[in-house]
Amino acid sequence: MSIEWYIVLSALLFATGALGILLRRSPMVILLCLELMLNAGNLALVAFSRMVGNGQGQVFAVIVMVIAACEVVVGLGLIVAIFRRRLPLNVDDLRELRG
Amino acid sequence: MEEVLFFASALGALGGAVGVIAMRNPFYSVLALIVHLFSLAALFLLLTAAFVAAAQVVVYAGAVMVLYVFVVAYVGGGGESAWEPIPGQRFLAPLLGIALFIELAIAVLSSSLLALGEEGADVQAGFGDPAAIGRLLLEKFLLPFEASSILLLLAAVGAIVLAHRRQEASS
Repeated sequence: MSIEWYIVLSALLFATGALGILLRRSPMVILLCLELMLNAGNLALVAFSRMVGNGQGQVFAVIVMVIAACEVVVGLGLIVAIFRRRLPLNVDDLRELRG
Repeated sequence: MEEVLFFASALGALGGAVGVIAMRNPFYSVLALIVHLFSLAALFLLLTAAFVAAAQVVVYAGAVMVLYVFVVAYVGGGGESAWEPIPGQRFLAPLLGIALFIELAIAVLSSSLLALGEEGADVQAGFGDPAAIGRLLLEKFLLPFEASSILLLLAAVGAIVLAHRRQEASS
């Protein structure tokens, strides 16, 4: 199985995640799409690691997983805080910081 | 055999990804993401990354997704507004997504990275198992390992501060 297939699949998954971020308005689904993009990056890292025959890319993928877990924890904390303040869970309505 | 496994997992991963952005209910999006993560773990196994695949299933599909399911159940589905702040967003966004995919494919496939080998390097039996990854983490990458542990602690404290119910806010 050629490595190129994995790389193309990774690019496809990344583009799908970016498309979801552009299309959806719920902060929860936007976080899920961020996960998709991080996982696409992980797939590319592991594929390149296999191609070079070096385990360092896999260590990088594990660290990316840790970063993704941190991002999820803080993002979900923000969503719960938004919900507690009775604000709408919609990124179009939450635009007080917009100039 | 490897091709069959690859295309089955790739279809699962892609179908899960499309399901995440296509489902109206966030709960179904989370379930689609779980399918995506399991398919991705199978792809990692095909790439002889046993530890990363196990971490994917245990940490992502296990712990992180349970967190998502709890928050979705707490917050509720929540309908998305129908109005579009940017005219034509529904048509522009897929165009941009396709353009991004084409750009990524051109950038990666036309680079000289692939000259390293079609099938990848020959790896010995212990490649990517927990012992090899642990040795790398604790010998060569000790500083990133410790930094990520501090980051996890900070994220946990930050989440508690963010989601904390304030007394004056509730009264």
